[in-house]
Amino acid sequence: MIGLVVVSHSRRLAEGVAELAGQMAPDVRIAPSGGDGSGGLGTDYAAVAEAISRADSGGGVVVLYDLGSARMVAEMAAEEAGTPVVVADAPLVEGAVAAAVAAQGGASADEVAAAARAAYHAGATPAFAAPDTDPLAGAAGDAEVPAPSTEDAVRSDVVLTNDVGLHARPAALVARALAGLDARVLVRYGEQEADAASVLALMGLGAPGGARVEVVATGPDAAEAVRRVSALAARNFDE
Amino acid sequence: MGCGADEVVAALRAAAVVVAEHREELVRLDRAIGDGDHGENLHRGFSAVVSKLDGSAPATPGAVLKLAATTLISTVGGAAGPLYGTAFLRAATAVGDAPELDAALVAGALRAALEGVVARGKAVVGDKTMVDALTPAVTAAEDVAEGGVDVAAVLAAAAGAAEEGARSTEPLVARKGRASYLGERSAGHLDPGAWSTSLLLRSFAGGAR
Ligand SMILES: Nc1ncnc2c1ncn2[C@@H]1O[C@H](COP(=O)(O)OP(=O)(O)O)[C@@H](O)[C@H]1O
Ligand SMILES: [Mg+2]
Repeated sequence: MIGLVVVSHSRRLAEGVAELAGQMAPDVRIAPSGGDGSGGLGTDYAAVAEAISRADSGGGVVVLYDLGSARMVAEMAAEEAGTPVVVADAPLVEGAVAAAVAAQGGASADEVAAAARAAYHAGATPAFAAPDTDPLAGAAGDAEVPAPSTEDAVRSDVVLTNDVGLHARPAALVARALAGLDARVLVRYGEQEADAASVLALMGLGAPGGARVEVVATGPDAAEAVRRVSALAARNFDE
Repeated sequence: MGCGADEVVAALRAAAVVVAEHREELVRLDRAIGDGDHGENLHRGFSAVVSKLDGSAPATPGAVLKLAATTLISTVGGAAGPLYGTAFLRAATAVGDAPELDAALVAGALRAALEGVVARGKAVVGDKTMVDALTPAVTAAEDVAEGGVDVAAVLAAAAGAAEEGARSTEPLVARKGRASYLGERSAGHLDPGAWSTSLLLRSFAGGAR
């Protein structure tokens, strides 16, 4: 399983981000490295190198960083590390959460880094917006998979009977349950829809406990995908 | 006079003195468009280099530069740590295990240092960084090295061009590093890293001030 390192100029920021990401990914090793090593703000090359070995369980490590100079330190440490390391150019908080969930789902280092980078665009978007009014449409290199067409989709209404609705942990469970399936799954709530593979997008729906959402899936594993999401909801997301 | 390991050690000690003398100035420059730590960062780093050299003096110029590089990487912090660390590391690799440096080797080491800084920080000339000082320094060093001069002349040419390059950063808007967060407000100030590059080269050239 891929490990994560969170590099920040601030020790408390690194630790807080690691804590937040760890909540969604209980089995992923997440090592924070923050501060200059003597209580001040900054980055410490030796500490970053050490965090990389702590996070590694043999499969490699993805590093997230806050400011540009932390990136340079991370890249130097990556070059010297005895394990494959990918430094992800991603927003720190959302990127770490997305990366942790991807790692928990068994993704490769490149996939974990890609999940972190994609967190830039992960907010839920209005379901029926015309493409050219979508603020994210046309963003560089964003080859979006087309939404499922209405004919061949498998769909199901699901009531969120748990207390918190599609909050962090349930959203992570949904995304994780779908990992490995060959299906494109959307969750719709009111006027909003979210890619069910993205924890952040799911959370962005803001669907509270008691809400009714629609799960729409296409692809070879569409039926299985809808079944898994419905089963999770039926179990109250194991709350 | 040749330029062996002892002379490289002496140059690094001179650099540490210059950095100490200019610590406040570098702090002031970095406070204007950054976080105010550049002088402290370099002072910490070069003091550590001096104590390392007090403990052991490597046998070749390349080994001295390598020791400086690894020490700077682990002690400077900030952007300057990986950047100067990479610069010294590439310079060390470029001179290999030559027992003495000549003009061509010094010019080659400076070229390698610049390439390292660019690879690490992705800045180009005009981004208001140390690259603005180092780039003309390398060109000037290579120009005079072709004329068969000695090491001192190569370093003097590099130092002169670096100073001019550093001064050229004053009107620029920063596009790399912490100062880039200031946008237009970064104009009107010398870039601290460009200035420290100029100071370091001046100290290597022996004309420290
Ligand atoms: N990407 C970069 N490429 C080249 N030089 C850079 C880059 N980022 C920062 N610098 C240089 O580093 C200097 C700042 O160093 P320092 O204050 O020690 O680090 P920090 O900015 O992390 O506080 C800048 O003045 C600039 O010359
Ligand atoms: Mg600074």
